[in-house]
Amino acid sequence: MTDWPILSTVTFLPLVGALLILFIQDDNELARRNIRNVALLTTIFTFVVSLWIWGEFDYETTNFQFVEEAEWLGTGISYRMGIDGVSMLFVILTTFLLPICVLASFESVQSRVKEYMIAFLVLETLVIGVFCALDLILFYIFFEGGLIPMFLIIGVWGGKRRIYASYKFFLYTFIGSVLMLVAMMAMYWEAGTTSIPELLAYDFPASMQTWLWLAFFASFAVKMPMWPVHTWLPDAHVEAPTAGSVILAGILLKLGGYGFLRFSLPMFPIASLDFAPLVYTLSVIAIIYTSLVALMQEDIKKLIAYSSVAHMGFVTMGIFAANAQGVQGAIFQMLSHGLISGALFLCVGVVYDRMHTREIAAYGGLVNRMPKYAAAMLIFTMANVGLPGTSGFVGEFLVLMGVFQVNSWVAIFAATGVILSAAYALWLYRRVVFGALEKESLRSILDLSRREKILLYPLIVLVIFFGVYPMPVFDVTAASVDHLLNTYSAGLEAASSVAEAN
Amino acid sequence: MVSDTLTSSLSIVGPEFILAIGAMVLLMVGVFSRSKNPQLVTSLSVALLIIAALWLVFIAPQGIAFNGSMVSDGFASFMKVLVLIGSASAIVMSAAYAESERFNRFEFPVLIVLSTLGMLVMVSAGDLITLYLGLELQSLAIYVLAAINRDSVRSTEAGLKYFVLGALSSGMLLYGASMIYGFTGQIELTAIALTLAEGERSLGLLVGLVFVLAGLAFKISAVPFHMWTPDVYEGAPTPITALLAGAPKVAAMALTVRFAMEGFLPIAIDWQQIIIFISIASMGFGAFAAIGQTNIKRLMAYSSIAHMGYALVGLAAANMEGVRGVALYMAIYLATTLGTFAVILAMRRDDGPVDQIEDLAGLSRTNPVMATFLTMMMLSLAGLPPLAGFFAKYFVFMAAVEAGLFALAIIGVLTSVVALYYYLRIVKVMWFDEEAKPFLPAPIELKVVLWVAGLFVFPIYLFVGGPVFSAAGAAASSFF
Repeated sequence: MTDWPILSTVTFLPLVGALLILFIQDDNELARRNIRNVALLTTIFTFVVSLWIWGEFDYETTNFQFVEEAEWLGTGISYRMGIDGVSMLFVILTTFLLPICVLASFESVQSRVKEYMIAFLVLETLVIGVFCALDLILFYIFFEGGLIPMFLIIGVWGGKRRIYASYKFFLYTFIGSVLMLVAMMAMYWEAGTTSIPELLAYDFPASMQTWLWLAFFASFAVKMPMWPVHTWLPDAHVEAPTAGSVILAGILLKLGGYGFLRFSLPMFPIASLDFAPLVYTLSVIAIIYTSLVALMQEDIKKLIAYSSVAHMGFVTMGIFAANAQGVQGAIFQMLSHGLISGALFLCVGVVYDRMHTREIAAYGGLVNRMPKYAAAMLIFTMANVGLPGTSGFVGEFLVLMGVFQVNSWVAIFAATGVILSAAYALWLYRRVVFGALEKESLRSILDLSRREKILLYPLIVLVIFFGVYPMPVFDVTAASVDHLLNTYSAGLEAASSVAEAN
Repeated sequence: MVSDTLTSSLSIVGPEFILAIGAMVLLMVGVFSRSKNPQLVTSLSVALLIIAALWLVFIAPQGIAFNGSMVSDGFASFMKVLVLIGSASAIVMSAAYAESERFNRFEFPVLIVLSTLGMLVMVSAGDLITLYLGLELQSLAIYVLAAINRDSVRSTEAGLKYFVLGALSSGMLLYGASMIYGFTGQIELTAIALTLAEGERSLGLLVGLVFVLAGLAFKISAVPFHMWTPDVYEGAPTPITALLAGAPKVAAMALTVRFAMEGFLPIAIDWQQIIIFISIASMGFGAFAAIGQTNIKRLMAYSSIAHMGYALVGLAAANMEGVRGVALYMAIYLATTLGTFAVILAMRRDDGPVDQIEDLAGLSRTNPVMATFLTMMMLSLAGLPPLAGFFAKYFVFMAAVEAGLFALAIIGVLTSVVALYYYLRIVKVMWFDEEAKPFLPAPIELKVVLWVAGLFVFPIYLFVGGPVFSAAGAAASSFF
């Protein structure tokens, strides 16, 4: 391992690309092509560099790796970066999805290409930063900073109700996060540090944990999103441009789950245990209720958005089951959902670019004209349902197994959600792809172009690969998840021994 | 002996001395110079303010002057530098505007210099008399400035309104000061603190305290003494609004902090409640009242009311972290406000200046640089990381949390969500709406201010934040 600050490099590489783009004049087609290429090359290069992290990653240690530390802005704000098994794969997921987002926007975004690409590159920096930050406030800075580019992406390049959607997205997430900020300040005064590794080792008093947990919950539950604060998500998804939906579903939603894993569970174990029933309840409601809602949607994107909420319900459930299967399953589910939902939004983007509508009713019989598209979408739909052999199955199965050990009723209710998800996903597929090609407007629709194949085929490979052989993921996460659960149970034991002593 | 005290005192108040003499010289230059164009006086006043700032930082010693009437400590230096930057920028930004609106008289920069002198005296005030002296000098000059555009009814109205309400608040302040004197027998802040530490506080003293704080709250335009702010901001010529929103706020905030921390720290428990109330009321009112505004100057008025509330959160904590937070808050607030007003001053079309929010529509297409900077300013005012405004809020709220004022901190962050809504509206108008007619090209001096302030807010602050923070910390430590 070298001393090169690899995490900072990966984090800030996209900004270099953004700076380059800043100096390209956006006034003719050639320049716009340059801008797109620079953005694509930057993101691909970042992805390649980030693979080096995986290569150098030490599977045995439970400590944070590639740690960088520096004094920064005075009391309570230092620059600390580092990753462990929980965060590493999210960094890779981000750097992997970004080139796809950029490539997906090559033709669909024609106005203000320069600002668009800059926004995406800045967003990439901020999101990678969230996963790498080892300082509370640094985490918050990246976490909140990501709202700004996403607000602009939805608001400038979005659909008809983009302004409403962008406001809702921004204000919902912001109101949750500011409470978390107050909690972070309280943690600083209590523990005397903002360093995440030190805070993980610190035992917060039980009474304080409750409040801190609730404040963090306010932020992450909105971000996940959990029922009943999920309503911003369908709006944001529907209005965002395709790439915006991909990054939103693929990565931004994972920030919430990551937050639960990084902060709520290990730092506030007592409160996590106390509030687990609440989380289960909300998760089960989310799974069943949003699946039912998804059944009735008429807009393809909205349907997938609701299905995302349902799938995130599995994640929260798995995390607070607080056993190895549950947590591993939750992490796997997040990664796999990042690929699958991203791919599904890309599929929607493919037909949207051709027909400029997302109404389910406007489609039907696509299989006749677009066999390759139909096949790709079939695989992703099946993965979304959780068919064995796709990555979607592994995560859901593990989560259900983990939850079953803790509370079998929750697992049983959640399992019905799987059935419902099959219902809405297959019905969607039938209405859009199968049937006779009756619509006049669809008669001349073309199958996947070369660019779209480049986008979708790697995702197909990954979804099936991880469905059949998930071990690469578990190898990375195993040590850290064990460590996390040890911290969690140690915190609980410490609390119970204190209680006994009293 | 006497002459010794005098010489040492004079060297301590060097910057004020320079400004006082300089302002009179400039007045003479203005009166006797033949040219009608005030360019010379304008540039000389900027030079004068810069000299005073340099003198302050590098030459003037710190200490107590005139037997405690003037105090020059780390806190005073920090705030004075901010005041001088604010005033100098306001003069710089006024040049083109004054010319096009035909009130380019030489009195204009001279009055700003005089007002700045008043602000410096306020920041250094060591007793109640200096306090009043500085406050009145600052205010009187600004009353005139607000009404300087005699041809405009609104400007005259703004000046008059400001004068009448300002006189009322001065009266309250004076009354309070006399009560304090009556019940403690002291006018010097440190002596008052000593008396308070020894004896019991009396009800009369508290009445005096409340009156003085009310007068000060008027000057920083905190609720419930904010009524003048929107009208004056909107009616006064824009360069004056730019001045009003910056330097005088810094000076009045510094004065409030000094008055509370140096004079009344022993009975902190009493004034803390008042400050907490004022702070919550300002944050809340500023946030909600700004939502419906259509005029950007008026919006900035409500925004500044809210921001004074946030800064007061630090004072309410009444600890070293709190004062540090206030100092840092004012520094970042000043930079952001100056940048914002540089944009507002640049909002000019062929038929004159405009100040409606709609006029910004589609600015991201017609002038992407300006739109980007204004976006950064708005989000910084809203307190979003990684912009400087976030760190300003972070440190004041952190002080409040340390002092155990959780409710205050939570109300504060929640109002900042409400405030985000109206700041986002400006971002929305610039980025999401169809473009309106482009503005005339901005004069160079506005661009300079905009670039400097904008880059300071992001990303320079991320690099210099550490030293700025330690400077604010050093300033705050003068009270402890």
